[in-house]
Amino acid sequence: MKPRHARLALIALALAALAGATALVLNAFQSNLVFFFSPSDVHQGKAPADRVFRIGGLVQEGSVQRQPDGLTTRFVVTDTARVIPAVYTGILPDLFAEGKGVVADGRLGSDGLFRAERVLAKHDENYMPPEAAHALEKAKEAGKTLKPSY
Amino acid sequence: MIPEIGTFALIVALLLALIQGVLPLAGAQRGRVAWMAVARPAAWGQFSFTLIAYGCLVQAFLSNDFTVINVASNSYSELPAFYRVTATWGSHEGSLLFWSLILAGWTVAVAAFSRALPLEMVSRVLGVLGLISVGFLSLLLLTSSPFLRQFPGPAEGSDLNPLLQDWGMIIHPPMLYMGYVGFAVAFAFAVAALLSGRLDAAWARWSRPWTTVAWAFLTFGIALGSWWAYRELGWGGWWFWDPVENASFMPWLAGTALMHSLAVAEKRGAFKAWTVLLALLTFSLSLLGTFLVRSGVLSSVHAFAVDPERGAYILGFMVVVVGGSLALFAWRAPRMIAGGSFTWFSRESLLLANNVVLMASVAAVLLGTLYPLFIDALGLGKLSVGPPYFNAVFVPLITPALFLMGVGALARWKGDSLPDMAVRLRWALGVAVATGLLLPLTLDGYEPWAVLGLGAATWIALTVLIAFRERVKSLRQLASLPRAFWGMHLAHLGMAVGVAGITLVVNYEKELDVRMNVGDQVQMAGYTLTFMGVEQYQGPNFSGTRGSVVVKEDGDQQFVLRPEKRIYDASGSVMTEAAVRPSAFSDLYVSLGEPLNNELTTWAVRLYHKPFINWLWLGALLMVAGGLLAAFDRRYRLATRERAAAAATAAQGA
Repeated sequence: MKPRHARLALIALALAALAGATALVLNAFQSNLVFFFSPSDVHQGKAPADRVFRIGGLVQEGSVQRQPDGLTTRFVVTDTARVIPAVYTGILPDLFAEGKGVVADGRLGSDGLFRAERVLAKHDENYMPPEAAHALEKAKEAGKTLKPSY
Repeated sequence: MIPEIGTFALIVALLLALIQGVLPLAGAQRGRVAWMAVARPAAWGQFSFTLIAYGCLVQAFLSNDFTVINVASNSYSELPAFYRVTATWGSHEGSLLFWSLILAGWTVAVAAFSRALPLEMVSRVLGVLGLISVGFLSLLLLTSSPFLRQFPGPAEGSDLNPLLQDWGMIIHPPMLYMGYVGFAVAFAFAVAALLSGRLDAAWARWSRPWTTVAWAFLTFGIALGSWWAYRELGWGGWWFWDPVENASFMPWLAGTALMHSLAVAEKRGAFKAWTVLLALLTFSLSLLGTFLVRSGVLSSVHAFAVDPERGAYILGFMVVVVGGSLALFAWRAPRMIAGGSFTWFSRESLLLANNVVLMASVAAVLLGTLYPLFIDALGLGKLSVGPPYFNAVFVPLITPALFLMGVGALARWKGDSLPDMAVRLRWALGVAVATGLLLPLTLDGYEPWAVLGLGAATWIALTVLIAFRERVKSLRQLASLPRAFWGMHLAHLGMAVGVAGITLVVNYEKELDVRMNVGDQVQMAGYTLTFMGVEQYQGPNFSGTRGSVVVKEDGDQQFVLRPEKRIYDASGSVMTEAAVRPSAFSDLYVSLGEPLNNELTTWAVRLYHKPFINWLWLGALLMVAGGLLAAFDRRYRLATRERAAAAATAAQGA
């Protein structure tokens, strides 16, 4: 075919490929966005019921309970204003501890229990994941706390 | 006293960098030889003083000088001396000083190995490098000095982050920096070319080996980081699409595209403007990576400083560098002459496709990495983009590149014939497709992605074989092939090996989280693992709990794996040391989860069987070796000697 036609065909092919790639990217993008909600947000019903989202805050003191099967752990996530009970099956990261920051991805069940699919590890004990810190700050600003702040 | 000498040395280095940045560029602009000649000595001076400053920091660490805040935050008196030295780059401030040192090092390398370049070009390149040094040294001195003191100094330091107390982790940052910073050289050459308004094949020839070496280092650094994460994090993962990992991967992708684009620019004089733009983009992505890691905007296991002030400074620096270079490009590039033409099926067109695919991947990864930051900055909420996005997007984008890799390496320049190529490659295609379809039948389950991955890997390997077969008639001729030829094919082969490894490990790995009592047995992948309990012991700066797991293979062969949990004295941090039994064809991986009773006799244990995972690192090593071979091809030396001779006679004649 003529060089001009060949070039046009090539350009058309390239554009089609580009359109395809863009559609692929945007589709994958949409279905993999994980939004963050603090326990207060979840309590107010802002978290979606049918998709994975991220929750963050502190692990409430005294709330960690290991279940009899050995690998499931129940704990409570708090931002000092509201609490959300959670459960995770698997080995928890080394620095997961009561009173320390935690960030977890998972789904909220209709029973109000957060089923975590991933619990994020921190890299040192003084590090507070920005999202968890953000949740705590928002709660403090709103002025509602369960405990007196010290 | 010594830390103050360090600060003073940095100030002198900054002044020298300023001279190195301003005078030669002005001199090149105005044709003043005296000013241009300042470039090399200024570069050496800047390097010497940066080295002195770095030496002061090392000395502070080695002597446990806890009055230096950086030492107190990152070291410990019981920390082994080796780690005390490497702790110099374990913090934001220290690693910035290290960055500056490496930048100065590359600068003097350019100064030393550029005898054959015209002075005007050398002065511009060194000038640009000097300006970049000014940016980093002033960032150091103004916001992130590692030499800040506290009086009285604490009695003891807070210890180096235990995650960094591993030799793999220690080499990873230097290798990464050699890569990132090395791309600054390509950037400097590009800016120099734009400033001079001349973009000839010589520019591409000069940039190419520097870019290839930088690329090789970056490949090694990324592979090391991945290998370290696999062994140290206890989760068996080796790539998480973590924003900081992406921050190093994007310059790598762009750098790969740049390397390939430079080939066309050098050989055929085509793609010149695009190659220049790519050089600017690659270094910009390096700077972006620096920003992401250090600004505190990221929630990640890697995140360094949580300091908006430093983040703002780096961001400002980035805007100046990226914006300035792009503006320069927009202004000057249109003046550049187009190069040789080529048909729609030729090595040039295939390399163009390579670039398109790689840059599309960069765009996709960039979107996923930066989108959360934009949304957060706009106050629209906090979100993250999960790893499935990156996998769903990257794999389909890179697959065409894998296929084209085989064809491109064999295609002729300027114009090739598709029917001819089809004949050359038909049996390779057949064997590759057959291997892809049939090999998974012998594996543990038929996975469609394995068909694709194994097919692609076989395809690339076969095309490499064909390339050699077409080029030499006898084995003796192998030695006379140019290094660049060996390098290219070795690197592509490395890619094939890596793809095979990734395909097999991702589709066929096995993971078990089990509760184990002393004496309990578990079966996995043909192994029988028996948990024998734990024992406590004392390390230099930690107390450790070491477990024993006796592993029996079919056939009575027996060995012991010893996973550990360590609690570091200074920080109280807990670290998992997984026990890995490597082999060419699989890894057996055991890590201790958590104790499930107070007597420490029952533990949650994680077991992995990872087939062919070592092919990943092997593939990366082959790519590094290929890159280094290609960069040291004799033709660069020959051109150097010829040009040096020409420059010498010209100087004598003038």
